[in-house]
Amino acid sequence: MATEGLHENETLASLKSEAEVGGSLEPRRLRLQRGTDYGLVLPVHQVAERVEALGQFVMKTRRTLKGHGNKVLCMDWCKDKRRIVSSSQVCHEHAVTMPCTWVMACAYAPSGCAIACGGLDNKCSVYPLTFDKNENMAAKKKSVAMHTNYLSACSFTNSDMQILTASGDGTCALWDVESGQLLQSFHGHGADVLCLDLAPSETGNTFVSGGCDKKAMVWDMRSGQCVQAFETHESDINSVRYYPSGDAFASGSDDATCRLYDLRADREVAIYSKESIIFGASSVDFSLSGRLLFAGYNDYTINVWDVLKGSRVSILFGHENRVSTLRVSPDGTAFCSGSWDHTLRVRGMVFCFPVCERREDG
Amino acid sequence: MAAGPAPPPGRLRAQMPHLRKMERVVVSMQDPDQGVKMRSQRLLVTVIPHAVTGSDVVQWLAQKFCVSEEEALHLGAVLVQHGYIYPLRDPRSLMLRPDETPYRFQTPYFWTSTLWPAAELDYAIYLAKKNIRKRGTLVDYEKDCYDRLHKKINHAWDLVLMQAREQLRAAKQRRKGDRLVIACQEQTYWLVNRPPPRAPNVLEQGPGRGSCAASRVLMTKSADFYKREIEYFRKALGRTRVKSSICLEAYLSFCGQRGPHDPLVSGCLPSNPWISDDDAYWVMNAPTVAAPTKLRVERWGFSFRELLEDPVGRAHFMDFLGKEFSGENLSFWEACEELRYGAQAQVPTLVDAVYEQFLAPGAARWVNIDSRTMEQTLEGLHQPHRYVLDDAQLHIYMLMKKDSYPRFLKSDMYKGLLAEAGIPLETKRRVFPFMWRPRHSSPSPALLPTPVEPTAACGLGGGDGVA
Repeated sequence: MATEGLHENETLASLKSEAEVGGSLEPRRLRLQRGTDYGLVLPVHQVAERVEALGQFVMKTRRTLKGHGNKVLCMDWCKDKRRIVSSSQVCHEHAVTMPCTWVMACAYAPSGCAIACGGLDNKCSVYPLTFDKNENMAAKKKSVAMHTNYLSACSFTNSDMQILTASGDGTCALWDVESGQLLQSFHGHGADVLCLDLAPSETGNTFVSGGCDKKAMVWDMRSGQCVQAFETHESDINSVRYYPSGDAFASGSDDATCRLYDLRADREVAIYSKESIIFGASSVDFSLSGRLLFAGYNDYTINVWDVLKGSRVSILFGHENRVSTLRVSPDGTAFCSGSWDHTLRVRGMVFCFPVCERREDG
Repeated sequence: MAAGPAPPPGRLRAQMPHLRKMERVVVSMQDPDQGVKMRSQRLLVTVIPHAVTGSDVVQWLAQKFCVSEEEALHLGAVLVQHGYIYPLRDPRSLMLRPDETPYRFQTPYFWTSTLWPAAELDYAIYLAKKNIRKRGTLVDYEKDCYDRLHKKINHAWDLVLMQAREQLRAAKQRRKGDRLVIACQEQTYWLVNRPPPRAPNVLEQGPGRGSCAASRVLMTKSADFYKREIEYFRKALGRTRVKSSICLEAYLSFCGQRGPHDPLVSGCLPSNPWISDDDAYWVMNAPTVAAPTKLRVERWGFSFRELLEDPVGRAHFMDFLGKEFSGENLSFWEACEELRYGAQAQVPTLVDAVYEQFLAPGAARWVNIDSRTMEQTLEGLHQPHRYVLDDAQLHIYMLMKKDSYPRFLKSDMYKGLLAEAGIPLETKRRVFPFMWRPRHSSPSPALLPTPVEPTAACGLGGGDGVA
């Protein structure tokens, strides 16, 4: 047992008991994060009345992409606002009993010149995009990340040269693309990590991750330490996304709710749920202004939430199987949803009826 | 076919909270007072009690959850697909029809969550029963399964046939109505658990989760580990929390400010390219366009980050700084970004380059950092790593943000840009909507030559969407 780094009055036992004191207070502290603790009204309702209601939206599917022969699992937009990369389940033809390879995560590089993807192979690989017909893209593939369990999410940081990954082995990690070197690892989740999102902050140093332990954790990329943790969901957190200002983030979970957590208040400030919504939310994203929250659910629908009022604006049908991934385009003109029905749909707002008097939706 | 191993029975309900919720819904639907109106349904010569019509189900759901009929129909359809409600006629397809079609509630014995996972032996017995009762009732995929199971559990096939005959015999002793109902219930159960090839498998869950417990990296509980825990708890307990009301005010003002800039909320001019198939919006808002739109120039005033993230905005800001002889600040900041997000192998070279250009005494573009930070930075340069310039970078960033940026916004240059910037006219709606605009794809960023601009780690591709 290592005893280096101990000061004069410290022993391993004393440190352990000190940590235990902190640990015993943690559940109480976590309870304070709940939006509606002790019958208090959710913070978002305090301001809801002051906000002008949004109109009635009509969102139409403008593109249906049917190239995949299988379930679409993940997608990402290119910064040029028009291209997307998507990944799916890949089945080997001859194998009936062998499990298929699920490519559960994919990401576009900021320059648009490469993509990263991975899944049940426990790796994240980077493919430089080439349009030379003679070049075999698979030949130039570079294996960057290695985890001990499936890769659930990946994202480039501000450049093509670093990748952040989340894995079923309970950790996140930051990698150098060129050398494949592990730059930083993030331990703390008690179970599979399912999603991550980089903070749009000025100093660009943090990211949030969500996992099967029902926790959302904010990490400092430089030190590898967990900076904040939130634990109010009742089931696995499938998706996390920062509010555009970077002061808050939303999460979608199998408990059929989406929640908004504020980083400065250190608590949950809104719950987006409805009794009629029974299935888990698999993927969430904000519109450009942060007023709308789009969430794709496992019951094949997409619900659009008014972030400030806490109410649902609209429900979108169209997919014939669960919606597995949803992202708003970088310039906010449309959003794309991918589904297990093998298609991707890009939707935009056709028009919005101004509000005169709206019947409050539940 | 489910991917990966089936989760152990106990995990199913925990992993699928939606099953429990659906069960609660169907239970309340069967409430004698508040539930759906039940009636007896006549099927040929038999009368089946406790049936409901599709339209009654939809109405009840719409009323109970205060949702539209479309949504109620969708919710009802989901309940049927999961086998909680089954059709009495044509039990082969699990669909909800919002009309007089009769349905019944599945018995809890056959609920997905009760009888999980579906046993192969049971399926074999079920198929055998069907085969014995009336030859030729097995559909193609059922025949395939039957043959496959026959091969697989050949050794126990006598048991299968015996069980099948026994169950058929017992069924004959029941009333015709009960026999019919049980047959429907069983058929529904198997349609859910062994769906036909082209039907969606509602029970498929994707790769198993929570299997990581065994392979998870275990933290050795060393002194280091406890120190970090203590640090975390101290920070957590001592954190100053901002009042939620203040945070919410911040969202109100943020959303209010950005609303007009959000195409999904306020639309965009001249038109949304996805809706009108007209590229004009993208052309006008290309990353490096000569004449930025008014909305875009306005955004530069929202925050320093917005200004820097826009290549056109950043270029103008650089010009402005040049006039104030403080352009090296922005260049230094850009160089630091390049270091932070650059390749690991480049770190020593980049650090040296930055030192030579910006920090060394007498450097060509020396940046004015306070002495303490400078001292610490120079000290740190002895062991260069990608974050070694963080403090200096932050100092310069805050300097620009608090000092140069506000002056930029008040400057004639910015005011001039704002005045010059135009608001695009809205494209007139097409009179003949069926005249399709040809869609063409834009050149991929991967094909275009890399832009020759001051290296910045914001990594924007050269594609500006021009056809």
